[in-house]
Amino acid sequence: MVFAGGGSRLTHLSLELSLPCLATLLLLLLLQPSDAKNSEDVRCKCICPPYKENFGHIYKKNVSQKDCDCLHVVEPMPVPGPDVEAYCLRCECKYEERSSVTIKATIIIYLSILGLLLLYMVYLTLLEPFLKRRLFGHSQMLQNEDDVGDHQPFANAHDVLSRSRANVLNKVEYAQQRWKRQVQEQRKSVFDRHVVLS
Amino acid sequence: MSTTGEMNGSGNLMDFLDEPVPDSGTYEDFHTIDWLREKSRDTDRHRKITSKSRESIWDFIKSLLDAWSGWVVMLFIGLLAGTIAGVNDLAVDWMTDLKEGVCLSAFWYSHEQCCWTSNETTFDNRDKCPQWHTWSELMIGLTDGGSAYVLNYFLYVMWALAFSFLAVSLVRVFAPYACGSGIPEIKTILSGFIIRGYLGKWTLLIKPVTLVLVVSSGLSLGKEGPMVHVACCCGNLFCSLFSKYSKNEAKRREVLSAAAAVGVSVAFGAPIGGVLFSLEEVSYYFPLKTLWRSFFAALVAAFTLRSINPFGNSRLVLFYVEYHTPWYMAELIPFILLGVFGGLWGTLFIRANIAWCRRRKTTQLGKYPVLEVIAVTAITAILAFPNPYTRRSTSKLVSELFNDCGSLESSQLCDYINDPNMTRPVDDIPDRPAGPGVYSALWQLALALIFKIFITIFTFGMKIPSGLFIPSMAVGAIAGRIVGIAVEQMAYHHHDWIIFRNWCRPGADCVTPGLYAMVGAAACLGGVTRMTVSLVVIMFELTGGLEYIVPLMAAAVTSKWVADAFGKEGIYESHIKLNGYPFLDVKDEFTHRTLATDVMRPRRNEPPLAILTQDSTTVEDVEALIKDTDYNGFPVVVSRESERLIGFVQRRDLILAIKNARQKQEGVVSNSVVYFIEDVPQLPASSPQPLKLRRILNLSPFTVTDHTPMETVVDIFRKLGLRQCLVTRSGRLLGIITKKDVLRHMAQMANQDPESIMFN
Repeated sequence: MVFAGGGSRLTHLSLELSLPCLATLLLLLLLQPSDAKNSEDVRCKCICPPYKENFGHIYKKNVSQKDCDCLHVVEPMPVPGPDVEAYCLRCECKYEERSSVTIKATIIIYLSILGLLLLYMVYLTLLEPFLKRRLFGHSQMLQNEDDVGDHQPFANAHDVLSRSRANVLNKVEYAQQRWKRQVQEQRKSVFDRHVVLS
Repeated sequence: MSTTGEMNGSGNLMDFLDEPVPDSGTYEDFHTIDWLREKSRDTDRHRKITSKSRESIWDFIKSLLDAWSGWVVMLFIGLLAGTIAGVNDLAVDWMTDLKEGVCLSAFWYSHEQCCWTSNETTFDNRDKCPQWHTWSELMIGLTDGGSAYVLNYFLYVMWALAFSFLAVSLVRVFAPYACGSGIPEIKTILSGFIIRGYLGKWTLLIKPVTLVLVVSSGLSLGKEGPMVHVACCCGNLFCSLFSKYSKNEAKRREVLSAAAAVGVSVAFGAPIGGVLFSLEEVSYYFPLKTLWRSFFAALVAAFTLRSINPFGNSRLVLFYVEYHTPWYMAELIPFILLGVFGGLWGTLFIRANIAWCRRRKTTQLGKYPVLEVIAVTAITAILAFPNPYTRRSTSKLVSELFNDCGSLESSQLCDYINDPNMTRPVDDIPDRPAGPGVYSALWQLALALIFKIFITIFTFGMKIPSGLFIPSMAVGAIAGRIVGIAVEQMAYHHHDWIIFRNWCRPGADCVTPGLYAMVGAAACLGGVTRMTVSLVVIMFELTGGLEYIVPLMAAAVTSKWVADAFGKEGIYESHIKLNGYPFLDVKDEFTHRTLATDVMRPRRNEPPLAILTQDSTTVEDVEALIKDTDYNGFPVVVSRESERLIGFVQRRDLILAIKNARQKQEGVVSNSVVYFIEDVPQLPASSPQPLKLRRILNLSPFTVTDHTPMETVVDIFRKLGLRQCLVTRSGRLLGIITKKDVLRHMAQMANQDPESIMFN
């Protein structure tokens, strides 16, 4: 019984605090200079079109930017000596680099944020009403369905549960209730009455 | 919002959890701010700080910090918006490819990244590598054949449905204000309207997350409009750090104007274009100081995005093109034709989209938002998979259409018949006849064009974050490329015709279809949004070539003219009108000859004006007045007989002052007289304590005489950002004109429905 209310408060608190922390972490991670450059993260890519009997080919090699030209990258050279210049004139070499660490970190952070939101959404829509219904009885839940400003059932629950609770969790619960009311108001004006945002 | 930190003694850390205490100076939700009051409050604050700065070193430092706070806010906005945009781009890249397959060696790589180090890629099949597996390959072990195709098709549609369902659920549960593009609402907010929660923290969290999901699901929408919304949310977030911006709504809107510039800058990689977009499209008041600061913020954001390097080649946008082939005067004819197409398409799109959104607002369709999203995604995915040009993401399509065909391209669109003895360097290939691949690409592109024109109408405005820059550019790019290839082939096969003879010799590189695609994209985007300068600057920042300004301008101007011939409003103004926001457009011209008496309230058959007198109203009367009416403010006159105007008092201030007085002041009862004058006369001891409310009275309300032409009145409202204006005749108060009345009058004069203006 204690954990139901506390669980939702803790989830809300942890969500509100962890997301700015995650965001700061991401910021720091991404703005770090990539000194530990993986040798796989740079390459010189030369694209050579079909020439005489040779088919088109793509050559890749890990070289530095100043060595990124046809002579260093195209190995083995498919044409004999005098044709090399004509062949290389057609080729286009580009130096590319990427940061695999950034990509990995970004995708993993994004997926974790998405996962957290999904869990919280499942909790809010499915688990919380179910748990509250078991705790406070069916009648009060029905009363609370569509009321906007009326959060009396929850206020009663407050008095019952939180007499000796710490101030912080109290405040988080109030904040969460206020947030839920706001979201419900917004949902009404956007989805139901179509007042804002067509 | 100000909080009283000493309420529970728990310190400032938890203050963000407290309910903000409404004080006199904050506004109610869905109301307009008082620009003049905010500006004068800011001047007062600044004067106080400057005068105190001479007193001590600490005050001097505080005044320096106050001056620099604007730049600090801009820096933070740029950093956060750039980071969010970079994360967005990387995640979209990965998730779009997730619909087709997965990289087994490292699941976080998209298709291109997966094959980055592989040596198996060939010239013809640039994306082949053993580490990337399509779903059919993973599930049944086949890569080609009917069953593999069907399985891939099925899984593509399933992934698309999963992404969009997740997006609409997240929006519905956490942040309903994260739907839509955001630009119409931001335009209204910047003109002085308050929508609480629209730029809130949950919107800031949910909008980028769901934006990635919807773009990856293959729906016909873009990310530019939502990025402007996200950037403004960042701006709002950092405004709350400094009381200079958090307590003053006018200063906050300066920061939000700059944040809007940052949004476009990171979406397109166009800092200057972003600043001009904010100036032209989004902002209402744009002082020069904001110009410099928005430019700074846009540069910081562009630099942050570049350091994240989402596209692996230090470019900010996927379709940065670098060719410099010249264009010829005779090509202006097809460019102008593309402009006409863009204008026509813009008109069609706006009318169809507004009709569909109106249907969504008023009929049963609006009751099933989640079902609508799922249905549109299903239709889009099912129709998009067979055509290779619609199967890939729209950004990649636009990028391919913008690119010129050198000898190094192997796509179907570049399947020209090459001369095997040709020895020209890479970017000076002369015009070549089209091979069969080009013709099949042409009809596939035509089908893609029809599909995109049709489906975008139903996609924009759904209850998910949706922008329309990229779909418009895609429509225009497809049309432009088709026209470009047609002109190119005509020039090649009929080089002896009189038009081509002068400028197109055989063996020369005359026509660049990629340029036509760019011009088409600019024309369609201009036709829909009616942007002018900002569009041209964004397009040439995308291409990096100053040579193409004239064709871009020609197309943009033509499309704007053609579209304006059918209707004066762009898509954003149309949505503002559809929602009834109180937005007084600076571009509208009011040319009717009505006078202030024709618009003012009360009209002939209405109850008389609700006024307060300066020294004869009791508290009871005021409370009754507040309860019976819902006006936002009341004029205060000398007496009911003389009706000479003293000032204007706001409803909210009255309510708060009376509530305060009843709670805190001794002796204030219902019979107490309310005094709005300076010197309260001596009262006998038996009469109740008077209530002095002079300090909430605005002593300088704006007044016009009854014979002022409405043209002037509208101009005053627009330039000063007024909410109401009093009408007098020979010094006596006659009536009041509010912004809502002005908007209704303008709608009436333009033969639109005046009852559609909903908010104050």
